[in-house]
Amino acid sequence: MSSQNRLVVAPTVTMLTVMKARLIGATKGHALLKKKADALTMRFRQLLKEIIDAKENLGSTMKGSFFAYTEAQYAAGENIKHTIMDNVDTAVVKVRGDLDNVAGVKIPRFESFVLPGETKMDLTGLGRGGQQLQSCRKAYLSAVELLVQLANLQTAFLTLDEALKVTNRRVNALENVVKPKLENTISYIKAELDELEREEFFRLKKVQKNKQKKQAQQIAESEAEKAELETGDLKLPPFNGPQGQQGVQPPTNSSLLNYKEEDLLF
Amino acid sequence: MYGFEMMSFNIKDGFLEGVVRSHRTGMLTVADYNNLSQCETLEDIKLNLTATDYGPYLVNEASPIYTATVVDRCTQKLVNDWNYMRTQADENLAMFMDYCTYGHMIDNVVLIVTGTLHERDVQELLDKCHPLGMFDSIATLAVAQNMRELYRLVLVDTPLAPYFSENLTHEDLDEMNIEIMRNTLYKAYLDDFAAFCQKLGSTTAEIMGDMLAFETDRRALNITLNSIGTELTRDDRKKLYSNFGLLYPHGHNELAMAEDFDQIRSAMEKVPAYSGIFSKLGYGESQMLDKLLYEEEVKKCVDCYEQQFHYGVFYAYMKLREQEIRNIMWVSECVAQDQKGRIADGIVYLF
Repeated sequence: MSSQNRLVVAPTVTMLTVMKARLIGATKGHALLKKKADALTMRFRQLLKEIIDAKENLGSTMKGSFFAYTEAQYAAGENIKHTIMDNVDTAVVKVRGDLDNVAGVKIPRFESFVLPGETKMDLTGLGRGGQQLQSCRKAYLSAVELLVQLANLQTAFLTLDEALKVTNRRVNALENVVKPKLENTISYIKAELDELEREEFFRLKKVQKNKQKKQAQQIAESEAEKAELETGDLKLPPFNGPQGQQGVQPPTNSSLLNYKEEDLLF
Repeated sequence: MYGFEMMSFNIKDGFLEGVVRSHRTGMLTVADYNNLSQCETLEDIKLNLTATDYGPYLVNEASPIYTATVVDRCTQKLVNDWNYMRTQADENLAMFMDYCTYGHMIDNVVLIVTGTLHERDVQELLDKCHPLGMFDSIATLAVAQNMRELYRLVLVDTPLAPYFSENLTHEDLDEMNIEIMRNTLYKAYLDDFAAFCQKLGSTTAEIMGDMLAFETDRRALNITLNSIGTELTRDDRKKLYSNFGLLYPHGHNELAMAEDFDQIRSAMEKVPAYSGIFSKLGYGESQMLDKLLYEEEVKKCVDCYEQQFHYGVFYAYMKLREQEIRNIMWVSECVAQDQKGRIADGIVYLF
C-alpha cells in the first residue's frame, strides 16, 4: 500500500528530515486553513440569514413602492412618468464600491448614498399629485437602498461561496492527499532505513564472526606449531634416491602429494 | 339671451348634444365596478370590459395584457369619440371643444420642450404625448434649440401663443423651472377659458363658470399643498392662482400665506362649497383629499347632464371619461398588484 501513495524519494536520513519538516508544515497549514474555512462558513451562514431577511423585506417594500407609484399616477395623471424621466439629469442615488476582508478573502462591498442637494423634482406635480409623487419618490428611495444592500449581500455571498469552495478543497487535499503521502513517505523511509540498519548489523555480525573464527584458528594453529616445535619431529620426506639415474621414478614416498603445505590452496 | 337658447341651440348643436348624451349610457355603472372589483387577474378585467363600450377596443388585445395597455385602449376610445364630435362641431362648439383640450396641449408642449432640452428623439416624445393635446405643428417643436427660438418659430402659430406672450418674458423662458412654467400657462389657460365661456353666455356661461371655478380652486389648493416645504415663495405661489373662482381673491391671499395643511384647511373652509369636503376629512390627513376632490368634480359633471342646451356637457363628458379611465387604471393596478383591499380607495362612481 505504501509504495502506491508516497513520494518517490531516496530513503536517506536527509530526506527523512526534509519530509518531516514538510509534514509539520502541512499540518500547520491544514490547521490554519481549517480555521479560515470555519470563519468563512460562519460568515457565509450569517450572510445567508441576512439575505433571506433582505429578500423578504424587499418583497413588501417593492409592493409598497409600486403601489405608491399607482397612487401617484392616479393623482397626477398617466403622463407624469414622462415628465419625470425627462427631468432627470444625474443620478441622485449613487453606489460606492469598497473592499471588505474576511479571513483573507476580499469581498466587494457596495454602499448606496444619496447625493446631497435639492433636486428640481421638488416642484414636479405642482398642479396635481405632487404629494403623492414625493411619497412615491421616498418609497422608491428606500427600495433602491434595499436593492443595493441585497446586491451587496448577494455579491459577498457568491464571492464567499467561491472562496469557501477553494479553501475546503485545500483543506481536504491537505488532509486526505498531502498529509497521508508525506506520512507514508516518512514511514517508507523509516522502514528502508531500518532494513538497511538490520542488514548492516547482520553484516557486522558476520564479519565479526568470521574474524573470531579466524582468530580462533590462528590461535589453534600457532599452538599446534608450538607443540610441533617442541617435539622436534620434522616430517620431512626422506630423500635417498640416486642422483645420476635418469628416468628413474622417485620412490613413492617422496611424492609432493604427501606434503601438507598450509598456505597452499590446492 | 339667457333662457332663450332653446330656440336656436338645436339648429347647430342639437345633433352633437344628442351624441354626447348617448355616451352617458356607455359609462360604467356601479354594477360594472362591482364586477371589476371581483376580478382576480387582468384577463378577467379585460373580459369584463369587453361587455362594455370599451369592448371593441380591447377585444383584440394579445394575451399578456398590462394596465398600461388597458388604459391606453380606453383613452383611445375617448379620443375617437371626441374627434368624431369635434369634426362635426359648429364654429362656437368647435372652439369650445378645442379649449377643453388646451390643458393636454400645454402638457404636451412642456413634455416636448423638456424632452428637447435633454436631446431625446422627437418621435419617441410624440408617442408619449396625450392624443387629445395634439396639434399640427407639434412635431416641429423639437426643432428649436432654446426657448426663445421655440416661441418665435413654433408656438406663435399655436393657440397657446397668447399664454406665452402675455405671461412669460424671454428671460423667463430661458431660466424658469419647467413646472412653474407649466402652471403659469395653465393659469393663463383657465383665465382665458373662463372668459371665453362668459362670452358664450347663457346656460353655458353659468354651468362652465361653476365647473371652471371648481377646477381653478382645486388647482390653487393643490399648488399650495404641493409647494409647502419647497423653495417656491409666497409671491410666486400667488402668481400661479387664477384670477377667478370662489377663493378669489381673499382665499388666495390666505392660501398664499399657508404653511401647513391646517392653515390650508381653515382657508378653504371659509368657502361654504368646500367646507363640506373638508368636514369629511379627519384632522391632519390629506391622503383622501384627492379622491374627495375627484368626487366633487364628478358630482358637478353629473349635474351638468341635468340641464339642456349648453356646451358644458361636452366638458363634463371629457372629465367623466377621464375619471372613468382613472378608475379602470386604479382597479387594474390593484388587481395586478394584489392589493384588492385598496380598490375602494380609488374608485369614484360616476352615475
